[in-house]
Amino acid sequence: MSGWISNFMNHPATYLKAGWIQISVSNLIVILLMLSIFVLAILLPFPNKHSDEDAK
Amino acid sequence: MSQKMWTARARESWQKNLPIEKLIPDTQPSYVASWIYVFGVLTIAALSMIVLSGLILAFAGPAWYHTSSFGHWVNSLHFWSVQLFFAFMVIHLWGKFWMAAWRGNRFKTWVSGAVVFVLSIATAFTGYLIQTNFDSQWIAFEAKDGFNSAGIGAFFNVTNLGQMLLLHVAFLPAVLGLLTLIHVLMVRKRGVVPPIDADSSNTEAAK
Repeated sequence: MSGWISNFMNHPATYLKAGWIQISVSNLIVILLMLSIFVLAILLPFPNKHSDEDAK
Repeated sequence: MSQKMWTARARESWQKNLPIEKLIPDTQPSYVASWIYVFGVLTIAALSMIVLSGLILAFAGPAWYHTSSFGHWVNSLHFWSVQLFFAFMVIHLWGKFWMAAWRGNRFKTWVSGAVVFVLSIATAFTGYLIQTNFDSQWIAFEAKDGFNSAGIGAFFNVTNLGQMLLLHVAFLPAVLGLLTLIHVLMVRKRGVVPPIDADSSNTEAAK
């Protein structure tokens, strides 16, 4: 590995702490990404939506 | 009246509960045309990649996937397929939770999915234990105290590489595959759950 990935991977994770809550930045990014995908999956229109009118 | 053979009873039960039109449908209700309904099949696609890459790893062995560049690539493919599998499965779980997917006599479908989720965690855990590197050694020696304090360390010995390897490549995938199949068949039988506010004229009645 080279560049910023190796710098990122070859060091202990950075943790965020607020009271009793503690989470690594990596885990927080993954959770936020998944929540974003969930919201987008609900909001974004599905392409080529098939309807009975199209079939006729 | 003569009693039917068990094979005839099983066939008639299958035909009654899951006719071929339901097993391999060619249409779905219009509400299924939404991205949120895609995550179930994405989870299965990721699982297929896990099984395929896992088979290659199993046949070639750690002496290959720890040393050759192609071995590293297949090893990474296996690992990242697992990451996507869990991400897709959890988004699928969120979607089904918020649309109360246990409605319409689909409680068993919901429970089978929950069991698959828990078993997947166990399968992934045994995968981390059989990497045959310092990472797996560290995880095993951290985990053994937890299992011992729970009183199951004698039956589920995380430091026993042979036991963890067989659980990961044979027992757990077999059970997981079977339960996933049952989960999908249940979805086929009841139909995809409609949104809570769906027009009743556009939903398949769940029997």
